[in-house]
Amino acid sequence: MSRVAEFLFRRRGGAGWHWTDVFTWFWLIGGLLVMFGPALWLVNSSFKTPAALAEFPPTVLPYVTAEAIVEGYEEPLQLFEVRNDDGSVRVLAEVRRLGTVAQMVDPANPGEIIRVNIRNRTPKRSIAFALDNYVQPFLAFDFFLYLRNSVFVTVVATLITLLTNSMAAFALSKYNFRGRSAVMMLIVATLMVPLSVILVPLYSVISAMGLFNSLWGVILPTVATPTGVFMLRQYMLTIPDELIDAARMDKASEWQIYWRIILPLTAPALAVLAIFSVVWRWNDFLWPLIVLSRKEVYTLQVGLNTYAGQLNVQWHYILAMTVVTMIPVVLVFIFLQRFITTGIAGSGLK
Amino acid sequence: MADVRNGIATRAGAIILAPVGWLANVFDAPLRMLQRRTGSNGMAVFFLAPNMLVFGIFVLFPLVINILYSMTGGGALFLGDRTFVGADQYGRLFSCGSYLDPKSCTEDLFWIAVWNTLAFVVLQVAMMVAVALVTALVLNRELRARSFWRAVFFFPVLLSPVVVGLIWRWILQRQGLLNLMVFEAGGTPVNWLVERNWAFAATIMVSVWAHVGFYALILLAGLQAIPKDLYEAAEMDGTRPMRVFWRITLPLLAPNLLVVLVLTLIRAVQIFDEVYVLTGGGPGTSTLFLTQYIYEVGFASMLRNPGLASAASILMGAVLVVLTLIQLSIARRNEQRGKMR
Repeated sequence: MSRVAEFLFRRRGGAGWHWTDVFTWFWLIGGLLVMFGPALWLVNSSFKTPAALAEFPPTVLPYVTAEAIVEGYEEPLQLFEVRNDDGSVRVLAEVRRLGTVAQMVDPANPGEIIRVNIRNRTPKRSIAFALDNYVQPFLAFDFFLYLRNSVFVTVVATLITLLTNSMAAFALSKYNFRGRSAVMMLIVATLMVPLSVILVPLYSVISAMGLFNSLWGVILPTVATPTGVFMLRQYMLTIPDELIDAARMDKASEWQIYWRIILPLTAPALAVLAIFSVVWRWNDFLWPLIVLSRKEVYTLQVGLNTYAGQLNVQWHYILAMTVVTMIPVVLVFIFLQRFITTGIAGSGLK
Repeated sequence: MADVRNGIATRAGAIILAPVGWLANVFDAPLRMLQRRTGSNGMAVFFLAPNMLVFGIFVLFPLVINILYSMTGGGALFLGDRTFVGADQYGRLFSCGSYLDPKSCTEDLFWIAVWNTLAFVVLQVAMMVAVALVTALVLNRELRARSFWRAVFFFPVLLSPVVVGLIWRWILQRQGLLNLMVFEAGGTPVNWLVERNWAFAATIMVSVWAHVGFYALILLAGLQAIPKDLYEAAEMDGTRPMRVFWRITLPLLAPNLLVVLVLTLIRAVQIFDEVYVLTGGGPGTSTLFLTQYIYEVGFASMLRNPGLASAASILMGAVLVVLTLIQLSIARRNEQRGKMR
């Protein structure tokens, strides 16, 4: 045993354990539990039946109580494991309960009623995943619609963002024109104007354009991201101007230069912006909450919030749909996490 | 490593661009005609136009008319239908017996929101910076699988605020995981989101949980930029670790710490999404913050008053502008110092 401990706690250079080493591992393991634990608990809970969710203390595994259809009884009866006086255990179905005594029958021999003290029995349970939690919201509620709306908003907004931001970045990095620095200043200045400051007038602009309750009303105000323009411009500045001069010599039009030369060379930065944009748009909440007031146009986030805000919260559905909402972001995390973290560390934007 | 990453990025970019590749040819002929008129340098305007148009309509124009909105009254939506009231909305926000006592104010909810937000900002920013710093210091040590541990703390950053709010509502509810732990440890379960102080603490904890990975990352980048020879020199001189921390690490990390401080401040002032889903501003008004006040006065409440919401949002905007200017000047100073180095 001590050999194992010695192996586990051995440190490079044979140095002893400093308190900072202990603290480091405490922080890392604690972080692992605190950061992933809540989300895992949610995923775990999403597979439980409403009855299992209402239990306290909650169980880790999703149990359901077992039932059986017994001859002579219309309703399915709940099964219990009954401990006999001699210590042996048999499975009986409960017919009715009077005080501390339960009237039970053996499913194999339904004619005979057996009286059992309720202290001598425990509910028979089995592990079962309540996949219905995932199926019902799509069939009985509008979650498929919400999912479709969210995908539409995310994809279209990201495509428009990539196009308009890269065009603007191209103009700001590769052309000399009067007012260029003024435009740059304007873009940087709008970093200061978060959505929450212009909610009311923006709402009136959207309404005047007839975009209230339209997904385009959610998409358009978000696409001219100053961070996107800024990031792409910084990247395009590193592309040598000689390439453009050579293309002009070959009679390429400015549009061709942008599309055939600049865009392909900017691909890494475009990919970063695309990832950011997808996460931003998928997660947007306040603005869609204001623009979308009809159920048919809700995005997932707004729909989830609406169902979670009802008086009688149907947690088993909410939990499952929260998991569904998490999936794209978790995929981004698993496959592109390294990419994003180095991007943030390099540029400090989110 | 960087090559592999670039390879993936280039391929991803190619995939994104492929389906729209034909656009180049479709647009080329008309754009050539345009270019003949404007000259090649004049095409800059064409490239700028879409972005600036969206910008102008959805950011700049609203910003300007927001000031007009804040000087009008009534429930009408469009500016033309509204009556001019001068500075009345601001007067209403500031009409108070005592600013310290929201109950003595005409707009008591505004002042409740202001004081709640202030308390939230102070506590959340302090906690965020502290936790981010400790996390960055831990991640900066010689660790096996550092990128894995970095990812662990970064995971919640990507989650949507609604998901964050629901995850924690589920944990903090009366029969939730936290109460299970309290129960197992022999304590009495608490109704975390129903008791005022616990609910307020929960909003701070949850927002730190959701964003700390992002700030830890910025600080980690700062730590790794500190030249290693400084530490080697300190080790040769036999300097004690605590002294190394106070004399080398902290002073050299100061610029990054400032950036993180201001960024957290700017975000904390605008806190809305997670809290709205987690507590809805309740119990009562104990977690009602400024953005939610603006949202409710402008859109949700029975007595909608867009002018008042505008006035409140302009006041919040002014605070944010000051904070952002500080941030930009710090960023500029850091840049210059970086050049000097």
